[in-house]
Order: sequence, then C-alpha cells, then structure tokens
Amino acid sequence: MARMKFLCDDDRCIECNACITACKNEHEVPWGVNRRRVVTINDGQSGETSISVACMHCSDAPCAQVCPVDCFYFTDDGVVLHDKDLCIGCGYCFYACPFGAPQFPQDGAFGNRGKMDKCTFCAGGPEEDHSEAEFEKYGRNRLAEGKLPLCAEMCSTKALLAGDGDVISNLFSQRVTQRQLSQEEPDSGTAQVKLWGWKTAYKD
Amino acid sequence: MSRLSLLFASLAFSPNTYSDEQNIWKQIREGISGYSAVNSQESEILIQASGTQWLTIRNELIAGTGAWLLALTVLALAVFYLIRGRVKLTEPPSGEMIERWSKSERWLHFYTASLFILLAITGLSLLYGRSFLISWLGHDSFSQYADIAKIVHNYAGPLFSVGLVMMGMIWFQDNLFDKTDITWFKQYGGMIGNQHPSAGRMNAGEKVWFWLLMTAGVLVSITGMNLDFPNLGQYRLIMQISHIIHSVSAFLLIIGALGHIYIGTIGTEGALRGMITGKVDKSWAKQHHDLWYQQINKEKQNFLKPSGNSAKYGSKIQ
Ligand code: HEM
Ligand code: SF4
Ligand code: SF4
Repeated sequence: MARMKFLCDDDRCIECNACITACKNEHEVPWGVNRRRVVTINDGQSGETSISVACMHCSDAPCAQVCPVDCFYFTDDGVVLHDKDLCIGCGYCFYACPFGAPQFPQDGAFGNRGKMDKCTFCAGGPEEDHSEAEFEKYGRNRLAEGKLPLCAEMCSTKALLAGDGDVISNLFSQRVTQRQLSQEEPDSGTAQVKLWGWKTAYKD
Repeated sequence: MSRLSLLFASLAFSPNTYSDEQNIWKQIREGISGYSAVNSQESEILIQASGTQWLTIRNELIAGTGAWLLALTVLALAVFYLIRGRVKLTEPPSGEMIERWSKSERWLHFYTASLFILLAITGLSLLYGRSFLISWLGHDSFSQYADIAKIVHNYAGPLFSVGLVMMGMIWFQDNLFDKTDITWFKQYGGMIGNQHPSAGRMNAGEKVWFWLLMTAGVLVSITGMNLDFPNLGQYRLIMQISHIIHSVSAFLLIIGALGHIYIGTIGTEGALRGMITGKVDKSWAKQHHDLWYQQINKEKQNFLKPSGNSAKYGSKIQ
C-alpha cells in the first residue's frame, strides 16, 4: 500500500502561488480559509527560498493526538482526515500542529471558531465518495477518482510533488544527483554533497 | 547574565539572511518566519517548534499528573474521614443563633461555587472525555456533549471571574494573616487531636483557601479570558502557555475545592447550615471561631451600653 506524502523542492519553487489558487478553486474553500500557503524565507535577498506547505499528513499526527473528541482518522494511504460532524472547533489541533495546517472560519460570538478545515490530500472525508455532502464539507475527492492532489498536478515547475512517498523521494533523489552532476565547479560554499573526484576522473 | 544578554542580542539583531544553506533548515525547524502572500494567522511561519511540546505537556504531564492528584486527594479525604470522622460540636447546641454570613455573602458564595463546579466538570470533560466518556457514549453523543460543555465553559468562565473579584473585595479584610494563625497551623486546626485553636472570623485554613482562590483563581480567569478570544491574533505560543497555566491553576483549585467542600459539608457539623441559613449556633461559634465570637459579643454589648462605642452606632439608635 502506498504511503502518500507531499514533497516541496525548494530549488524549484518560484513562489507563483498557483497551488494555492488551484486548491481554493478545486475545493471551493470558504473565504478566509487557506489549506495551502507558500512561505518565502529571505525574501528579496540572496539565498531566497520558497516552500509550499499544507497539512503534511504526519505519521504520528499531533492533531489526532490532541483532539478532545477524537475526530481524526487515517486512510490506508496514510492520509490524515477528520470528521467535521464531530469537530467542536476548540482549536487544539491548530496549537499542536507543527505546520499551522488547521484553519477555522469564524463562527458566532466570543471569537468562537467554526469547524476545522484543512488539506485532505484531495481525499474528501468520511461521507460517501463524490457525494454532495462530501464536496460541501471537504471538497473534491480526487483520490477516489484515481487522481493525485491538484496543487502538485498543476505545479508548473514540478516543485511540489504529491503521491506515493517512495516514488516521489526517488524522483527527488534523481534530481539532486542530476543537479550535482551538472554543477560545473561544485564550489566550496554550498552544503550539497559533492561528487568527490568526478571532475578529475570523468572530465564532464 | 551572559546567556540573557545573548538572548537579547539575538532578538535585537535577528538576522534576515542565512548564507549557510543548512542553516536555513535549522532555522525553519526552530520557527523562523518569512513572507507569505496568504494572510492568515502566523502563515509566514513554516514550522512552529512549540506545538508538539505543548501537546506532550497537555496529554502527558497535565492529564497524567492531574488524574493522579485528583484520585489521591479523594482517597486522602476518604481515609481521613474514616479515621477522624466528623468534627462534632463539643458542647451541646445552645439554641441561640448568631448571624455569621449576610444574605449577600451567601448568594455570592453559592453563585461562585456553582459556576466553579460547572467549570470544573466541563473543563475536565474536555481534557478527559476522550479517555473516559467516548467508549461509554460513543463518538457522536460525546461530540454533542463536548460541544455544549465547551460553550458552557466559555460563558460560565467570565461570570465566575466576576464572583471571584467580588469575594476578593468583601472578604479581603477578614483573610489577612495574623499571629493566631501560627498556633492554628501548629494544632492542625483542631482537625487532628482534640484541641480548639483560636480563630477570628476566618480561621487559617479558610485564609489559605481564600488566597489560593485569589492567586490561582485570578490566573485561571486571566488565561481563560485569553483562551476565550482566539480571534485576537495571539500567537500560538501565547495560547499554549495560557492553556498550561490555566489547566495547572484549575487543578490546584479543584484540589483545594475538594478539601474545602469536605470540611464544609461532611467534615464539620454545623458548617454547611451556617452558609445556607447564614446563622450558626453559639456553641459552634465558640468552638470554631472563638475570637470572632468574643468580638461580636463585645460589639453587641457596646451597642447596648449607652457609653462605650455608642457614637459609632449613633445614627442607628436615632
Ligand atoms: C474563570 C474563568 C474561566 C475561563 C474564562 C475559562 C476558559 C477556558 C477556555 C476558553 C478553555 C479552552 C477550552 C476550549 O477552547 O475548548 C478552558 C480550558 C479548561 N478549563 Fe477553563 N475557564 C475558566 C475557569 C476554569 C475553572 C474555574 C476551571 C476548573 C475548576 C477550569 C478548568 C479548565 C480545564 C481543566 C481546561 C482544559 C481543557 C483541556 O485541556 O481539554 N476553567 N477554559
Ligand atoms: S494537521 Fe498538522 S499535525 Fe495534523 S497531520 Fe496535518 S500537518 Fe500533521
Ligand atoms: S478543532 Fe476540531 S478537529 Fe481540531 S482538535 Fe478541536 S475538535 Fe478536534
């Protein structure tokens, strides 16, 4: 069984924010809720790094451990989903999550939070696949259609990868190797593993 | 000192560039913030380091230690009751009643007490319901109950705080510690052994409970108000710290309240009636609060005598 994962290649992400737009559009996510975001470190300076982040579908998910009503569950693919009918909007998952993934529409007085919303890895929720209720609460269930998450599917630089963890990490390792090979002079400043001796031995 | 100044230096010069590539990953894990076009709370932070720490503190330290402490308190009170039994009146009731608590004091006491019990039950339901109630009620019913419990807790909190502040104002004077309290402590308040240590209107035990309420109760209120309004954009760290202070103080209060309720009901003959009706028997007053008894006796006498303190009550006599 595949273990679904996200991977963002920071050397490729160009901070175009298209993944966010695609996600909002595909799932008709409510106003004020963002299931995915791009964060740029060192914006406008040398060493600028952009990363697209959403729920990472953690193995020992902190959100699932803290939830007072125990509304999270894991699919066979390792996707972390939750049941909005059970959620009481306490916000504890947002406090516990390392990635700031859980989001809340405001609902009522006292700063009361509505039901938690987060990235579903395009896998819907506990409702029947492709039902209206499922779309209403969780958005489209692309996994059940045999498709992968839209954010990664449409990423123009293929920085964002989503799918079987083994497959995408292999892809990423190939990229890293490729990059090192094509590096004319592996210069001393970078922290990447240098292919020691290649230049001398193979010339190209 | 040097560590502190290092901390301040790193805060003041918090560098925006990290030339070292590996350093970036380290900084990201430690919670460095960048820029994000998405404008939601703390969206510019990739990884918050404190989330999983807070999770461990809540789920293991607070829930675990708290459960043990509650169980031990109940057990200790039960054992104490079995050994010591009820503290009875040593003199037969005289039938003469003295006013101990005014009507407003009694209302305030039971107003605050009922809100406290409501808050304790609903708060503990959120913390322990998953472990104890879901297997019994099922996920659906428990979620419905937890939803109500959360709302009740959110609204009862500020109402409780109002009662707490009013208690602080009207009972402040009576709860200042003095010399008699030392003897009271040395004789375990008369609960162990058969002595009757002297006490004014409040004995030293009541004073301790009062000051626990005024410290832990105030902390619970302040942090609770913060948790009540998560929409003000507080950093998650602030909410996590608030939650920890809130729950730890709540446990101290619940343990104190268990002792307080024990002493005020089955532990002491005549105490609960005093708070319900406002009146206590003369024998009860002499036994438990002798100095207070002497004081009100003196006041009564002065009041009756034309000389003495009559000027003070002049307006009333007219
Ligand atoms: C005085 C004003 C109070 C306010 C404003 C207040 C508010 C809150 C809020 C907002 C939460 C978070 C619950 C959530 O978001 O679902 C909370 C949690 C909690 N409160 Fe209070 N509270 C107050 C007093 C108390 C008192 C007196 C107790 C106990 C005697 C108490 C016990 C708890 C406990 C145990 C939790 C932790 C629940 C958990 O971790 O799951 N609170 N409180
Ligand atoms: S919500 Fe956060 S903690 Fe839960 S699985 Fe997603 S990334 Fe992990
Ligand atoms: S907000 Fe909802 S999903 Fe998150 S911990 Fe609370 S009840 Fe669970």
